[in-house]
Amino acid sequence: MAVQFDLVSPERRLASVQASEVQIPGADGDLTAMEGHAPTITTLRPGILKAVSSEGTKSYIVTGGFAEISASGVSVLAERAVPVEEADSAMFDAMVAEAKAAAAIAEDKDAAEKMVADMLALRAATSH
Amino acid sequence: MPSLKDLKNRIGSVKNTRKITKAMQMVAAAKLRRAQEAAEAARPYAERMNAVMAGLASSVGTSDSAPRLLAGTGKSQVHMLVVMTAERGLCGGFNSTIVRLARAKAQELMAAGKTVKILTVGKKGREQLKRDLSEHFVGHVDLSDVKRMGYGNAQGIARDVLARFEAGEFDVATLFFNRFQSVISQIPTAQQIIPAKFEGAATTALYDYEPSEEAILADLLPRGVATQIFTALLENGASEQGARMSAMDNATRNAGDMINRLTIQYNRSRQAAITKELIEIISGAEAL
Repeated sequence: MAVQFDLVSPERRLASVQASEVQIPGADGDLTAMEGHAPTITTLRPGILKAVSSEGTKSYIVTGGFAEISASGVSVLAERAVPVEEADSAMFDAMVAEAKAAAAIAEDKDAAEKMVADMLALRAATSH
Repeated sequence: MPSLKDLKNRIGSVKNTRKITKAMQMVAAAKLRRAQEAAEAARPYAERMNAVMAGLASSVGTSDSAPRLLAGTGKSQVHMLVVMTAERGLCGGFNSTIVRLARAKAQELMAAGKTVKILTVGKKGREQLKRDLSEHFVGHVDLSDVKRMGYGNAQGIARDVLARFEAGEFDVATLFFNRFQSVISQIPTAQQIIPAKFEGAATTALYDYEPSEEAILADLLPRGVATQIFTALLENGASEQGARMSAMDNATRNAGDMINRLTIQYNRSRQAAITKELIEIISGAEAL
């Protein structure tokens, strides 16, 4: 009753565990992957990824990348992935500033502003 | 014939050199281990990324709406060469092999009537290419302040390259770097990054795509470029330390040989001086 869950960032592998469910912040909305989920590839929006395993629930802040749900498991490739415990306000400030800077020069204003909004929502969700 | 004092000084200086090269070798060995670990840690991401993109590319690639990063601009007139070298020397042939490969490629392209643009990453390559290809330089990325190569560095380079591509500055981009094989062997490699090329068989599994395949591919392709650059940077980093390690090992050994030779020479001349003095004393005594 578990799926193999892998979370990798370009620099390292953050998690590789048997998870009973994985909540993924997909670009078109959140989704939860459990065993037997239809094979899906989705891009990520900045958000919180939760993996529930026998060791408890682990949350990660992820930005950019994609999740691949297949018969063999769930692998999430995030451009940046940080365990929630390690995140601090300075990191969020940097991320928001980065997104804003990108929005200022981006041609696709909609997407860039959505990115900023996502970042702000993410900061609000974790700062309590 | 150098005097005894000269020889002694010489031996002392070579001994110092040996100490330095020995220290550099050990530092390189430690750095190599770290660089290898970093390269190892980055591998799962790059492999998975490549597999998924290959799958997407094979299903989307044939249509007309394929993104330009995948399909290319339809011509191959202007080539961008991204030449990645080290920021420092004293690492054997590491920088020269990359530069040689890039130069050969540039000359081949120019002979075929193509336009060549060069983006250099790392100071050493720029210095070596400056002599004959400086008019092709379009930019330089300085990584001399970077202590630990991070994905952010690769993203910076990728952004630069992608912005130039969007602006229509070039049609084809190729990376030049050293692929790490072992401490004694690094393979200079040319890898085309734009338009994207995928090795290996595409995954045939059927997936639901959210959003559409095209949208995902359009989102992933720029990240793929960054990932390839990151992989290249890490490979290059490990190769550099490996090359430096073996170069410094050689240097240490050569210094040891040199010290032995000089010591023999020193002892011989000392003995010769003693013998000469003895002869002088004896012949002086005989003359009395």
